[in-house]
Amino acid sequence: MTTTTELTETTLLRFATAGSVDDGKSTLVGRLLHDSKSILTDQLEAVERASASRGQDAPDLALLTDGLRAEREQGITIDVAYRYFATPKRRFILADTPGHVQYTRNMVTGASTAELTVILIDARNGVVEQTRRHAALAALLRVPHVVLAVNKMDLVDYQESVFAAIAQEFTAYALELGVPEITAIPISALAGDNVVDPSAKMDWYGGPTFLEHLETVPVAHDLSHCHARLPVQYVIRPQTAEHPDYRGYAGQIAAGSFRVGESVTVLPSGHASKISGIDLLGEAVEVAYTTQSVTVLLEDDIDISRGDLIVPSKDAPPTTQDIEATVCHVADAPLTVGHRVLLKHGTRTVKAIVKDIPSRLTLDDLSLHPHPGQLVANDIGRVKIRTAEPLPVDSYADSRRTGSFILIDPNDGTTLTAGMVGESFASPEPVKDEAEDDGWDF
Amino acid sequence: MTTTVAKVHGGDTDAPYTLSHLDALESEAVHIFREVAGEFERPVILFSGGKDSIVMLHLALKAFAPAAVPFTLLHVDTGHNFPEVLEYRDRAVAAHGLRLHVASVQDYIDRGVLKERPDGTRNPLQTLPLTEKIQAEKFDAVFGGGRRDEEKARAKERVFSLRDEFSQWDPRRQRPELWNLYNGRHAPGEHVRVFPLSNWTELDVWQYIAREGIELPDIYFAHEREVFQRAGMWLTAGEWGGPKADETVEKRQVRYRTVGDMSCTGAVDSDAVTLDDVIAEIAASRLTERGATRADDKMSEAAMEDRKREGYF
Repeated sequence: MTTTTELTETTLLRFATAGSVDDGKSTLVGRLLHDSKSILTDQLEAVERASASRGQDAPDLALLTDGLRAEREQGITIDVAYRYFATPKRRFILADTPGHVQYTRNMVTGASTAELTVILIDARNGVVEQTRRHAALAALLRVPHVVLAVNKMDLVDYQESVFAAIAQEFTAYALELGVPEITAIPISALAGDNVVDPSAKMDWYGGPTFLEHLETVPVAHDLSHCHARLPVQYVIRPQTAEHPDYRGYAGQIAAGSFRVGESVTVLPSGHASKISGIDLLGEAVEVAYTTQSVTVLLEDDIDISRGDLIVPSKDAPPTTQDIEATVCHVADAPLTVGHRVLLKHGTRTVKAIVKDIPSRLTLDDLSLHPHPGQLVANDIGRVKIRTAEPLPVDSYADSRRTGSFILIDPNDGTTLTAGMVGESFASPEPVKDEAEDDGWDF
Repeated sequence: MTTTVAKVHGGDTDAPYTLSHLDALESEAVHIFREVAGEFERPVILFSGGKDSIVMLHLALKAFAPAAVPFTLLHVDTGHNFPEVLEYRDRAVAAHGLRLHVASVQDYIDRGVLKERPDGTRNPLQTLPLTEKIQAEKFDAVFGGGRRDEEKARAKERVFSLRDEFSQWDPRRQRPELWNLYNGRHAPGEHVRVFPLSNWTELDVWQYIAREGIELPDIYFAHEREVFQRAGMWLTAGEWGGPKADETVEKRQVRYRTVGDMSCTGAVDSDAVTLDDVIAEIAASRLTERGATRADDKMSEAAMEDRKREGYF
């Protein structure tokens, strides 16, 4: 073969989808993979074979993403599936999550690592309860970019007025929740309009196609508002003839940046020192940034171990044993007041107790149900937690990595709850108190 | 091929910056290795001398440098491995002063515990030697080179995948993975399979090999080899059970995209002799690596899911 392929390193976008099968989500994902030439011949053949053996006359693109037998038998998606594709401009990781109400926890999982969320709407139905739920989840998880994909435009004669009304209603709602950035795109996943190729039928739309937007949305981090944080994962001590005194603190920078010479404080002990060197996987660097895995060397020999947090001395978070957070309960057994748990924050795991569950939040209408007593699977609620040791937590609004935590069952290790420290939404108070709990919730 | 790294805009910390996709994947994998080192007692890396396990080892070396890798290695030897790959395996182990455990399928067949399959394929026979070795050595974390892009059942695999004392995988018992907070807690006798390359694609792996200048066994590059055709694949003649009377051996210029058991790993026609050639070929290829070269994944729609439940990777 003599083609000269110019392969360069690009950037990586992690994004998540939310929407139900009825909205055409599987078709959109299938179309995206198909039209971006990411579905390979043998994968397509396998789908064709499987579709034919089930008596379907067209290849069912949903089969590309539905991997487990239970799902195939029931025709549903039960979990987060990860899809990978690339264009010359960017590499993509798609967390494909089912949109059905009982799978809130999967959407939370997918959105937790996503920099962009796609919310899918059927143009014939407009903004429905489920759309509002998806918008609320994107806002809760502080996903930086939201795309509203108004699908099935072919079924409303590609009318601009239909799209404009939906886009306006959704944008108003999402902005109220504090979603920082919303892009609405009219598409037909089935016909291929505006997914990868621009639509000839919607010349009134002047914006990017769905894929063009994914390729160009910024993934760069703006460090000007970040508190630098380095959770220590592991202490590297070779103790060899070549490196008799090397003590490196290894970790992945969770937020902001660190530079050589900077004064830092180690939490929770409060010891201070200066950074004498930063080792970026074998390369000495002057400065290192968010999500780089590094090894930091300090001028002083202080006692640091896994679970500690290195922060700039001038910008240290307060440590606290009382955490208030918005949580999504992800386990089958409920979370109750008085529950003894383990809390993992960064690289530190401590004992904790659930002191109070002040309220449960209904995502459909953002109503608060006071003192529910417990949270069951897929519930979103507010909790107050007391930890056995002080923790340097940030607010989730400031830092998705150092403002998040998980609760773990100490008995069997189950992951119980996903937690986000601080206020639920970016906007002042989009939630309304319910005078009484009518007990009706999904 | 020209590689331009999307470098961090250094100096001005107020400027937005971004990591290249390879740097992001590398950083994530290193983070995973260090989490396991911090939270587990007896981790082991599955190391076959194939490209994915070679990349895993490279990342582990980087994660703990200048100290030694705090893990041992484990190879499940089907007895049908390519000699070039075994030789590479032993050289790598020696070069980095590591300890290698071997679980041998042949051993199990000789003892009558396992039976040779009629088709001669030994990949499915790896499960028992692997799981018994994990139990015997009390490994609590086992690194595998599996990638979620490889196959549909793997698309739902977690980075930390809990296995019970029978090494079984229950898709409904897997824990949600939130942010980068991996939960590795497990009961005694249970262990966690860990996949640091979960989010990599075949092309990422090759690009990374090229960027890092990682040496690979020769069989990944085009070479002349005596092969015969079976089930639409070029297989290497050998004592494992080929060719049969009705199969003809011919000399062809081939290379391997993936390396496993000789009986079910097919070669592809290729004249790609350098890494750049290989990458160009893969980028242009319209077949996934397993579809082209792994007979065992073609077995049935649910083959991989079933095998994973039993404890296979």
